[in-house]
Amino acid sequence: MPETKKFLYVNRKAPYGTIYALESLEVVLIGAAFEQDVSLAFLDDGVYQITKGQNTKDIGMKNFSPTYKALGDYDVNKIYVEQESLDARGLTLDDLLPLTWEDEDDDWAEKESIKVISAAEMAKIMEQSDVVFSF
Amino acid sequence: MSQLHTVNKSPLERNTLESAITHAVKGNALLMIEDGVYGAMRDTHKSDIVSDAMDDISFYVMGPDLKARGIDETRIIDGIKIVDYSGFVALVAKHDATQSWL
Repeated sequence: MPETKKFLYVNRKAPYGTIYALESLEVVLIGAAFEQDVSLAFLDDGVYQITKGQNTKDIGMKNFSPTYKALGDYDVNKIYVEQESLDARGLTLDDLLPLTWEDEDDDWAEKESIKVISAAEMAKIMEQSDVVFSF
Repeated sequence: MSQLHTVNKSPLERNTLESAITHAVKGNALLMIEDGVYGAMRDTHKSDIVSDAMDDISFYVMGPDLKARGIDETRIIDGIKIVDYSGFVALVAKHDATQSWL
């Protein structure tokens, strides 16, 4: 049994304007197959990636925001969003996609994946990670 | 000379919007496109730089880019006009020159 490492994916870019957000999501989904301890961090403009109501039909690009809702099915359920980044952008938790997962150890109860945390708490999560991927 | 300035970067990641506004003169127009449309949102830490320049500069924002990013029209700073692709073309045609702030 190989050692389980703590992986952290750090997302700091808005979607659509650059390819970072989509690339990150694809790497997360690929990585999910390796049964590691995965956390996602959304800070700075990265918080825009998981906002509700995205509709890309008029810009001719793929709307990949519904894919974030599938993360729970891949046991990716530790999604940290930085409070300061939301505040700076006039956003609240209500503006974000409802991301959930089902806990098999708790009769498949549906639980929230998103935790809104402070920058100081985010710093601790980063510090405690074995592998950090930045996007 | 009346210039059109276009801004395609988020004001919370780059200083592009701020610099464009600083260098635009009275009577100029500024169009926010792509990630630049985040600059049109009210209640952000950068909303004031747009509101404060509203008397001198006409602000426009690309509707399709707002929609892609899930930004409802009710979240837009008062006084910014929403345009579509033909509106973009009309703005370019109406002004003597276009400056793209990248």
